[in-house]
Parts: sequence; structure tokens; C-alpha cells
Amino acid sequence: MTDQFILLSAIAVPLIGAIIIALSGHSQNLRDSLMVAGATLGFITVLCLLPSVLAGNPPKASVIEIMPGLELSFAIEPLGMVFALVASGLWILTSIYGIGYMRGAEEKHQTRFFACFSIAIFAALGIAFAANMFTLFIFYEVLSISTYPLVAHKGDELARKGARTYLALLIGTSIGLMLPAMLVVWYMTGTLDFTPGGILEGKVERGVGAVLLLLFMFGIGKAALMPFHRWLPSAMVAPTPVSALLHAVAVVKAGVFTVLKVSIYLFGLEYLKELWSNDVIMWVAAFSLIAASLVAMQKTNLKARLAYSTVSQLSYITLGAMLASELSIVGGGLHIVMHAFGKITLFFCAGAIYVAAHKTEIPEMDGLARKMPVTMGAFLIGALSVIGAPPLGGFWSKWNLMLGAVDAQHSIMIAVFLLSTLLNIAYLLPPVIRAFLLKPAQSDGEPGIQEAPLFCLVPLTLTALGALCLFFLADPIRTFIGSIFPGGL
Amino acid sequence: MMSLYDQLPILVITLPLLAAPVVAVLPGRGKLPWLFATIASALTFLIAISLACRVMENGTIPYLLGNWEAPYGIVLSIGPLSVLMAIVISGASLAGLFVSLGGMDKEVPPPHQPLLYACWLLVMAGLIGIVTTGDAFNVFVFMEVSSLASYVMVANGPNRQALPASFKYLVTGTFGATFYLIGVGYLYMMTGTLNMADLSARLADVADTMPVLIAGGFLMLGLGMKGALFPMHAWMPNAYQFAPSPVAAFFAACSTKVPLFVMVRVLYEIVGHHLGSYGELLSGMMMTLSVIAFIVGSLIAIYSEDLKRVLGYSSVAQIGYMVLGICLGTSAGLTAASIHMFNHALMKAALFAAVAAVVVRTGSSKIEDLAGIGKKMPLTMLGFALAGLSLIGVPLTAGFISKWYLIKAILEIGPLGIFLTILILLSSLMAVVYIWKVIEVAYFKPTKIEIPDARTEAPVSILIVLWILVLANFWFGIDPEFVLSLARSEAVDVLGVSK
Repeated sequence: MTDQFILLSAIAVPLIGAIIIALSGHSQNLRDSLMVAGATLGFITVLCLLPSVLAGNPPKASVIEIMPGLELSFAIEPLGMVFALVASGLWILTSIYGIGYMRGAEEKHQTRFFACFSIAIFAALGIAFAANMFTLFIFYEVLSISTYPLVAHKGDELARKGARTYLALLIGTSIGLMLPAMLVVWYMTGTLDFTPGGILEGKVERGVGAVLLLLFMFGIGKAALMPFHRWLPSAMVAPTPVSALLHAVAVVKAGVFTVLKVSIYLFGLEYLKELWSNDVIMWVAAFSLIAASLVAMQKTNLKARLAYSTVSQLSYITLGAMLASELSIVGGGLHIVMHAFGKITLFFCAGAIYVAAHKTEIPEMDGLARKMPVTMGAFLIGALSVIGAPPLGGFWSKWNLMLGAVDAQHSIMIAVFLLSTLLNIAYLLPPVIRAFLLKPAQSDGEPGIQEAPLFCLVPLTLTALGALCLFFLADPIRTFIGSIFPGGL
Repeated sequence: MMSLYDQLPILVITLPLLAAPVVAVLPGRGKLPWLFATIASALTFLIAISLACRVMENGTIPYLLGNWEAPYGIVLSIGPLSVLMAIVISGASLAGLFVSLGGMDKEVPPPHQPLLYACWLLVMAGLIGIVTTGDAFNVFVFMEVSSLASYVMVANGPNRQALPASFKYLVTGTFGATFYLIGVGYLYMMTGTLNMADLSARLADVADTMPVLIAGGFLMLGLGMKGALFPMHAWMPNAYQFAPSPVAAFFAACSTKVPLFVMVRVLYEIVGHHLGSYGELLSGMMMTLSVIAFIVGSLIAIYSEDLKRVLGYSSVAQIGYMVLGICLGTSAGLTAASIHMFNHALMKAALFAAVAAVVVRTGSSKIEDLAGIGKKMPLTMLGFALAGLSLIGVPLTAGFISKWYLIKAILEIGPLGIFLTILILLSSLMAVVYIWKVIEVAYFKPTKIEIPDARTEAPVSILIVLWILVLANFWFGIDPEFVLSLARSEAVDVLGVSK
């Protein structure tokens, strides 16, 4: 009973938070402090669930059965727990950062912004704890819709156009591809519950299963598999806190999280391996991984470069899921965490640079580290973590993914991972090198530039430190995720 | 000894019918006609609900008018779908009347209002008559009652264009009713009876003869015109656009569904089984039209500039879904169509209530004039957006339940089903586009002229109705048991399959 209550309230807290934010819009300080308090409370509630999950006794809660086999219900498993912890934990930092950023950049409609932000976190937690595909789908759509106002925030032609692409691709793929796949699964098996070992085995022929896999993988638009990745760069018109938490963590990770869930709990790894389309998706993911990196190198706008880098990193996880070995799945799960910390740091830095120096293009950033040493230092750490260099968290996820590739006897994928790592270096390090080593452009001395406000600076320092700590904390997380398989790793 | 309780089946028709002339003679100033019409509607609504409870317990209620035995006297036959439709009609009327409270004065001068409300009640009486009667000719009579009154209501619109719109409506409506009558005439010629149950029994002897085939064709054609099935839909978006907004809310929720209800009766209970090999051909044709309807309807909705027109064409599309479900000829298809009739009423009534509120405050329903309205009327536009989600078919809304059942029914028919499913999903995506077009303008487009920042929220009566309907959309999306059980038992009654 109590565990159930905690589970439901963990999901409800951000929603209530959204209402409180909307109601307290008249006083900026009150609203913002309530928001941070709500975020902290949300994280603590999620944290309270951890002991019972670790004890192997995860809580379940069923809200209502709408139709036979279609239930709105929640259950926790390790992967969801990790995702929920990451999303709700980073939300605290992002809300603090958001305050600094939105005030610093003098954005309008802040109440709408923060309220929708809160709803998006609510949706992310719903996705993390969903006990079946139906529940997950509902929250998936809530997430798409609640983030639309955030992307369209500025309201000018560019923002509206970007938001249109964003919504069209996300809703289009989910309703056009994922929903029919769900329907067919439900029609053929009578259930959509996430079950260890999958639900398709013995009920759906391999041929149909292969088509379903294609529908699911392309239908989960949030995983940004090419050619449905365009929404992510489009979403970069949003204010940076959105790009940081939602488009580096909550939304995109919800996508790859869904990919993992579908692979493990609907298809089942054994079943998945035998489908012909498994190889197709694997190669599409490998292609996305390399191609997005190449595109990222061409981008001179910092946020656009980071966006394409995210597209590439998401494909790591999809690829990990398609390799369908236990190690690669664990690697994918780890990558959700590691990439989250690395990428959010990078986005925080990009935002801090925008707020403090109003710069968005990489060539403008020459010598910036002299003015903003902390920010650029954090950027370096974030970049190294995304690249996967020790001693940073990103190292372990790539390590496990590569082991998984060997395990699944797809050794060629190691080459893909390595090539992409080289490309990562090629596009993530130049901004740092420019900032630290080059001289600032002579013409505009710009004496006014200094570090961003503390509200921005503290969160980005903390996430950078987090990326560092994760290098040493990787093993408990790895074991924890590994416990989804009977007998562990 | 018969109590009043036993007379409820006839009261549900006669109450509004008798109230109508009273409303017509009430003084135009003040709210008296409105109040009287509202009370009549509310009572009718309550009667409909009590009938629904009875039907859910005991099954179809037969009622003999004047106690004349069945084939000779007139019977009312109130089945599960009848009560569902009666609830929709009287509920829509009630909702529309509450919208009128805040919105009618702006569009119709008070001296005209008593007559308008009298017609309103006549429309309701006629529509309920159609869904409850068990007599094929009575359907025509009630159809005329409701149609004539609705032409008047549309013609009362604030714009001069209301007159041509009403005329278009009149021409199509009259053609439709005449075709229906011709069909009934042929059936009478062949069987000598008008009672539906009797017709069905006697038609077995003359099945697959030319007059019966012709009757089937005329009946479906007439009902298609009345029900605005593509390509006979042109009157509908026009009528909705130029009618007074509260009237549009009332009509959009129920008036085109009633002919579809008759279509169910005709196809499943009267001629459907007696057309021989042509039965398949007929339903195949109807299915083709319905598929075109939901693709073309959605497409035109995307390119429409006026909010009411967008919703009108969206109705064309939604009617396509319903006809598709009806023409599948399976129990699952009929269930899906019945569910969608109810759910679509909920969403369209909510959307039109929101539009009525916008018209009250801004005087326009052009989409480009909506810029910035999200800030001025936050509650109204939030209601619109949520009802829009239901129209799109997002999970947890009533619209999702409809689509889910429809797709499930379609998948049962085999490979063609997969193709149709894709088309339905495509049409849903188009719904995203036309709803979002409105949302984007309302919330994110900067206003051309600087408007005062103050909120000018809709009149309270409209807001209450709007939000009740919006919440109902979610309620029936989360707990659809009530609608489901009625729809299923209708399918069982009609097709004799239990599932």
C-alpha cells in the first residue's frame, strides 16, 4: 500500500507542481522557489522507491482498466528506475539553471514555460514507470504535446516553424507507425504488458514480428533514428534549458528507453535476434550514428552541433538494443545515464555562453575561456565524457556496448563505435580548443563578458562533477541494470 | 392500470413536441422562452436516461401507441442504440441551450427567439421520434418535422449568407427525404406493411426482386444525403458556418447521426439481408464513399479558413468513420460505429461550444482573427485544445476508444483491413494538422493589433457547458463501460451474436 502510494505520488508530484507553478505566476520569486522545492520533493519521492526495488520487491500500481488488456498501470523495473532517477534528479539542477537562464535572457511567458516543463517531467516519469506499452504510449504523447509550447516558446516565425516540424514528426511517427504496431500486438497477443522474455514468442510469426519491429523502431520518433531525426535539430529553437533537460535527457532518453523496453519486454532478446529486420535496424542505427556525427562536424552553431551529436549518441543505444545481447543492453542502459550527464553539461554551457556573451556560433568563441574559465572547463569535461574518454562516465557505457558487440558476434560494430568516437573528438573538441588556445578576435574587445550568473554556473559545475563521479560509480549501476536478466550479468 | 412510468417512451417525443407551441407564444423579451425550452430539454434528457437504465436491464422496450396490435398500429421500439441516440440528442439540445444563454442574443434579435426555440424543440422531438419509432413511414414524418424546423433555425443566422445556406440545406434535405419516401413506397408496394419488424419478415418472400433492390438503393441514397455522406455533404459545412453558433453546436452533435442511425436499421433490420448478391455491392459502394469521405473531409478541413468550416468538414470525415463501421456488416463494426456516434457528439459539441464562445467575444470565427485569443480566453481555448485531442484520438480521450474499436473491427476483415487502417491513421494525422493550425494561431501568433491585456473570458454558462463536455470526453475515454455495453447489446440484438 505505502509503496504503491509513493509510486503514484512520485508521478503526480510534477503534475501538482505544474498546477502550483501556473497558480503562483503572479510572483516570480515565489513561483521559482516553489518550483525548485517541487523538483526536490519529486526527486526525493523517486529516491524513496529505490530501496524496495533494490530489495527485489518493486511496487506495482494499477489505476484503471480501460478495455480488456488495456490497463493504465505502473510497475518499476531497474531500467525505469534509473531513467526516473536521472530525469528527476537533473530536473532539480535544470530548474535552478532555468531560473538563471530565463531571467538572464529576459524571456517572456515564464509561467507557461515552467508549467509545461513540469508537465513534461510528469510525462517522463510516467514513461519510466509504465507497466505496459499502452500506458507508456499515453505518456509518450503527453510528452510530445507538453513540450510543443516549450519549443514554440519564442513565438516568432522560426520558432513556430521549428515547433511544427517537431510536433509533426513526433506525432506523425507515433500515431502513424507505433500505434498500429501496438494495435497489432494487442490484437494478436491480447496484452501489452511488459513481460520479461517478451510476449510475442509463440504468438506472432517471425515474418509479422519483423514488420512490427520496423514499425516500432521507426515509430518511436523520439529515438531519432534516421530518417526521422529532423525534429531534434528543429527543437533547438527552444530556450536552452529545454534543449538541455528535454532534448538531451528527458524526451530523447524517453525515446531510447522505449526502444529498450520494447526490445526487452515486448519482443524478448531471443525472439529479436531471429528477425530479419533486426539487422536492417542495426545498420540503420549504425548509419545514423556515423552520418549524424558527420553532419555535426559541418555545423557552426553550437546548439545545432550538439543536437546532431545527440542524434548520433541516441543511435548508440538503439544499436545496443538491436545487438540484443545482455551486455549491449546494459551498455545501452548505462549510456542513458552517462550521456545524460555529459550532454546536459554541454547544453548548460552553451546556454551560459549565450546568456553571458550572447554568442551562439562556434567561430565567435575564440579565447572565451579567458573570460569564462569555469564554463569552458565544464564544457571540456562534458565533451570528454560524451567522447568516452576515461576517467569519465561515458567510458563505461561505450566499453559495455563494444563488449556487447563482440558478445553478439557483430564485431564490425566495434569499428562503427570506434569511428564514431574519433568523429566525436573531431566535432566536440574544437570549440574547447578555440576557447582555450586561440586569441579573442581583436576588433571587439567586449570587456563586459564575464561568467554567467551563479544560477547557471552552479548547476553546470555539478553536472560536470557528476560525469566525473560516474566513472567511479559505474559498477553499482551496471549491476543494478543487469538485474533485469535472470541471474544478472 | 398504467402508470406514467410506462408512458415514458412516448413522453420522450411528445413532451418537446407539445412544449414547442407554448414556447412560440411566449413573449420575446426576457429569458422566458429560453427557460421553458431548457426545462423541456432537461426533462427529456432525464427521461432518456431513465429509458436507458430500463433498456440496460430489460432489453428493448416495445411500446404500442393506443394499444393497437403490432403490424396494424404504430409501435415504438426502443433499443440500446435508440436510447443512446436519445441521450445524445436531448443532451446536445441541453448543451446547445446553455450555450445559447450566453451567445444567442448577439446573433439573433430577441423578438425572433421564441420562434427559434420553438423550432429547437421541434427538431429535438423529430430527431428523437426518428430514433424511437418502429415504423418506416413514421421515420419520414419525423424526419420532415425535424428538417423543416432546422431549415428555419439555420436561416436565422446573423449573416445574409445564412439564407442561401439554409436553401442549400433545404434542397438537399428535401431530396433526401423524398428518396427515402420512394424507397419506403416500394417496400410498401411489395409487402403491404410499414412496421419494421413486419417488413423484415415479409421481405424474405420477395427478396432479391427488382423493386426491393430499387428500394434499397433509394433508401441508402436518401439517408446518405440526409447524413451528409460524401459526396452529398456540401450542405453541411455551409449550414454549420452560417447558422447561429449555439444552433451549430446542437446540430453538429446530433443531427447528421440520426440518419446514420436509420441507416443501421435499414441495413441490419429491414432490407439488408434481402438484397441478394447486391447487398455486398451496396455496402462495398458505401464503404468506398466513406473512405473517400474521411480522407477528403480531413483534407478540406486542413485548407479551410473558417473555424466553423474546419469543424464542419471534420464532421464529414467523422461521418465517414461511422458509415465505414456500419457497412462492415460485422458486430464489431456496428459496435464501433455506435460508440463513435456517441463520442463524436461529445467532442463536436465541446468544440462548437468553444467556437460559440469565441464568436461571442470576437464576433468572428475566421482562424486568422484568433491570434492571441489563447491569452484572452485561456479557459475556452484550453477546452478547445483538449476537445481537439479527443477529435484526434489521443489515448485517454473518448476519441481514442472510438478509433481503437473501429480499427479493431477493420483488422478483422483481413488484408484490406490493413490498408484501411493506414488510411484511418492518415486521416487522424490530418486531424492533428487542422486542430494544430488553430492552436498555433491562438497561442503563438502575435496579435496584429495591440489588444488590451485584460482577459475577456467567455460567458459563464458557455464555459460550464464546455468544461462539462471536455471532462465527459475524458471520462468516457477512461471508463467507456456505459457506452460500450449499450453498443454491444445493440450489436447482439441486431446481429444475434454475443461477444
